[in-house]
Amino acid sequence: MELLAQFLGSAGARMLVGLIAVIALVSVNALFLIWMERKVAAHMQLRPGPMEVGPHGAIQTVADALKLMGKELITPDEVDKPIFWLAPIVVFLPVLLSFLVVPFSQSWIIRDMNVGIILILAFSTLAVLAILMAGWASNNKYAVFGAIRSVAQNIAYEIPLLITVMSIILMVGSFKLSDIVAAQSQYWYVLLQPLAFIIYITCATAETNRAPFDLPEAESELVAGFHTEYSGMRFALFFLAEYTNMFIVSAIATVLFLGGWHGPFLPGVIWFLLKVYALIFLMMWFRWTFPRVRFDQLITFAWKILIPLAFANLLITALVLKLR
Amino acid sequence: MINYFKEIAVGFYSLLAGMAVTIRYFVKPIVTVQYPRQQLTMSPRYRGYPQFIIDPETNTHRCIACEMCARICPSQLIQVEGTKFPGEKQKRATKYLHEHYYCSLCGLCTEVCPTEALEYSKEYRLAGFHREDFVIDHLALLQKRQQAAALPVTPIPTEAEIAAAAAAEAAAKEAREKEAAAKAKAAKTAEATKEGKSKEAPEEAKSKETPPEEVKE
Repeated sequence: MELLAQFLGSAGARMLVGLIAVIALVSVNALFLIWMERKVAAHMQLRPGPMEVGPHGAIQTVADALKLMGKELITPDEVDKPIFWLAPIVVFLPVLLSFLVVPFSQSWIIRDMNVGIILILAFSTLAVLAILMAGWASNNKYAVFGAIRSVAQNIAYEIPLLITVMSIILMVGSFKLSDIVAAQSQYWYVLLQPLAFIIYITCATAETNRAPFDLPEAESELVAGFHTEYSGMRFALFFLAEYTNMFIVSAIATVLFLGGWHGPFLPGVIWFLLKVYALIFLMMWFRWTFPRVRFDQLITFAWKILIPLAFANLLITALVLKLR
Repeated sequence: MINYFKEIAVGFYSLLAGMAVTIRYFVKPIVTVQYPRQQLTMSPRYRGYPQFIIDPETNTHRCIACEMCARICPSQLIQVEGTKFPGEKQKRATKYLHEHYYCSLCGLCTEVCPTEALEYSKEYRLAGFHREDFVIDHLALLQKRQQAAALPVTPIPTEAEIAAAAAAEAAAKEAREKEAAAKAKAAKTAEATKEGKSKEAPEEAKSKETPPEEVKE
């Protein structure tokens, strides 16, 4: 560690170690989340879920990932090849970059930037571009449909998401994630901003293209949506990005509303991860409870309900802060 | 405006209600049976193939080879053979075959049985490669079940034993028949003598009133 620090400088060493840790976290997290999703789905349907590989099927996803790596990478003839190849990488890289500013605890943070929250939100928007690239380059009508829906949906839901984040930032007065967490040492912001929390979770579910907002990959109508033509590791990258995105949005929700690393007895990192996985469980719970919304309902819900509510919330927050 | 907020509140409540349903199911015990490792317990009324009841007193079957089941079976798929073994009061099954592939599980055989020797098994895992796999040998099946329950196994009589028993039975029968014939003959002769005597000397018979000594024999 010290040798590394001498060689690269302390910031460089921190980046390198952080990168390795993040890549490890992303892959382990995806493996765990896929297993967890299957288990949650199974138990909500009175099934045991994967049981054969490892104790209670714990390493089932490892086996699945190995199988996926062995699959042929099919590139159909008529696709726009450079974009088709680029899309899985473009979808995955921004999610990886978002980990740069996530404060796992007071000291476990790769770079505590003062534009932290903006950086994450900016990068998570790039995922839309990747989905559009994948859908368009696939030269497949289902893929294009999926991509178009994804873009419309993500743009619609980005607005209330940003507005709710804004109301939190108004209260803290800083974009720095560690500042936002530090401001919640007394009480969590979910108590002061319950409406913002609900709107944020709804928008986050839509942003990660998960049920009930999984229209971009609605398998009953669009085969698999934007990744219809993808196979093998390229498909796995989309999958990985989806689950990592879930982690990211839950991490932001933890930072903004659930007091980040704050909590009694246990170390901060454990509290942080506990809250993140509780929120992920909530999103899985949504997925196995609610049916997929229709496209017009989706857009109506965003523009007619979420955005006005988010604006009202922001207005009230601003008024209260001004009058206090 | 009020409707707008009302709609949001009602919608939100219905979402929560739905989530309450799923979380209740989430904590319920699962209903899956891990099939090859676990088995279902069938209900008491379940009709598997018929099998012998193991008598709790004698630890063996109660079949007396009366062939009632074979006769009542609408598909005529039961074969029963039985022999009376020396020293036993009743016949005993020596062969009981049930061609289960034709069986409609109508249950007449279990109902008609005078000794209530048959019951439905609870076995539901039936699979085989040949039709012959489903010719159920009840005596062999009984042995298997006795072994499983750690009871003394009822031996299946061999051909020789059956032949010997049959021979013994035949001999006994012959002896009995001879005896009966002799008895009948004796009775006849006695009758005849009686009649003859009575014919010859009705007055004598009347006066004496005791039967002649030949009849006693």
